[in-house]
Amino acid sequence: MKSHVWRPLFVALGLVILILVARAFVVPADFGIGERGYMYGWHRKGNEEEWKKVSVKYKTKAYCKECHGKKVESIGRSPHGVLQCENCHGPALDHPKDPPTLTIDRSRKLCIRCHAKLVTPSSGRSKIRGIDPETHNPEAECSLCHDPHHPNLEELKRHE
Amino acid sequence: MNRREFLKRSMVVVAGMAVPAAALHLIDPKQLLAAKPDLRWAFLVDAYKCVGCGFCVKACKLENEVPYEANVSRTWVERYVVKKDGEVLIDSPKAARDGFTTKKIEVGEGKFREVKDEEIEKAFFVPKLCNQCENPPCVQVCPVGATYSTADGVVLVDRKWCIGCGYCIMGCPYGVRFFHPVHKTAEKCNFCYHRISKGMKSACVDACPFGARQIGNLRDPNDPVTKVIMTERVGILKEEYGTKPQVYYIGLSKEVR
Repeated sequence: MKSHVWRPLFVALGLVILILVARAFVVPADFGIGERGYMYGWHRKGNEEEWKKVSVKYKTKAYCKECHGKKVESIGRSPHGVLQCENCHGPALDHPKDPPTLTIDRSRKLCIRCHAKLVTPSSGRSKIRGIDPETHNPEAECSLCHDPHHPNLEELKRHE
Repeated sequence: MNRREFLKRSMVVVAGMAVPAAALHLIDPKQLLAAKPDLRWAFLVDAYKCVGCGFCVKACKLENEVPYEANVSRTWVERYVVKKDGEVLIDSPKAARDGFTTKKIEVGEGKFREVKDEEIEKAFFVPKLCNQCENPPCVQVCPVGATYSTADGVVLVDRKWCIGCGYCIMGCPYGVRFFHPVHKTAEKCNFCYHRISKGMKSACVDACPFGARQIGNLRDPNDPVTKVIMTERVGILKEEYGTKPQVYYIGLSKEVR
């Protein structure tokens, strides 16, 4: 065969080899078919570990209990015992090392997440005692009258 | 070879040929395990219990470092208001990051509609998140292998590998994927993979005060979540797509899309 056939063929072959060599360097060794097969499992295995390494910010009540055991226990008996401490106090992160104090959300906006009265029959919301935020002392912070840890006013009096 | 020897040998050959090829196949224990792993994450949402406080959305955004002010979220809560005349209003202001605190219903950006109390037939909240489908269409369309399903059934995105083409965002029938404004890659709920792999629950489950969100292992018959999914009346979203979603709902209504 003549060289005008061979020459482009060599170029093509050379390209294929070049790409295969480059592939060996560029594609990580752990890239391949995972447990879920070719259709759903084609991935870089190392990425699973990367996701597992993400830091946990919300440490849950169990973590708060380690130091604030009594507090957690007493609040647990109040209607607000169902709430996680971190819902209002913010994520624990590495508290008490970092941050030494948590930023507490004392805003009215936080309370009315649950306590703004809405018409929602067939939802748990209708069972929560609610107020109309526009008419119920709109200028005041809720914590002025209500203790968020012992929310109901009658109970609060008993605590005093 | 005499006749006796010939018959003996041919019988061995015939017997050997009768053994199917499958009997000689060496079973790879890894393959077997993958076909039925002992862990498969599933999620259970009880829409009756959801009050629309949005603590789940707040916790999710902070836990997973999704920009707090950007209007994107891995999970969100929808409010459905069904009027007596049949009209359905659905809203999820800021993905319900600050909960539902007003009777006004958001109908487009900055536009609100007031519905009179007596006009409401039913109203309820539905939390939404990634369904971690058994047949995830978002994974099929990824051209670079950046998104994939793990052995325990969670769909993850490889941020280093994602080229940000957005096929998966378009491919998801549930609209749970979005473009991460910081990493410039596809982003989605992954059941807080870093938490569940440490024996914790996902941030939204922990943040929910009412137990409206639960996570469990479908392969464990004693798991309370699995028990509910197996024995009670649960629904899934958009069954007709054949994606086999693994987020199960109690108290779904025909209005929920």
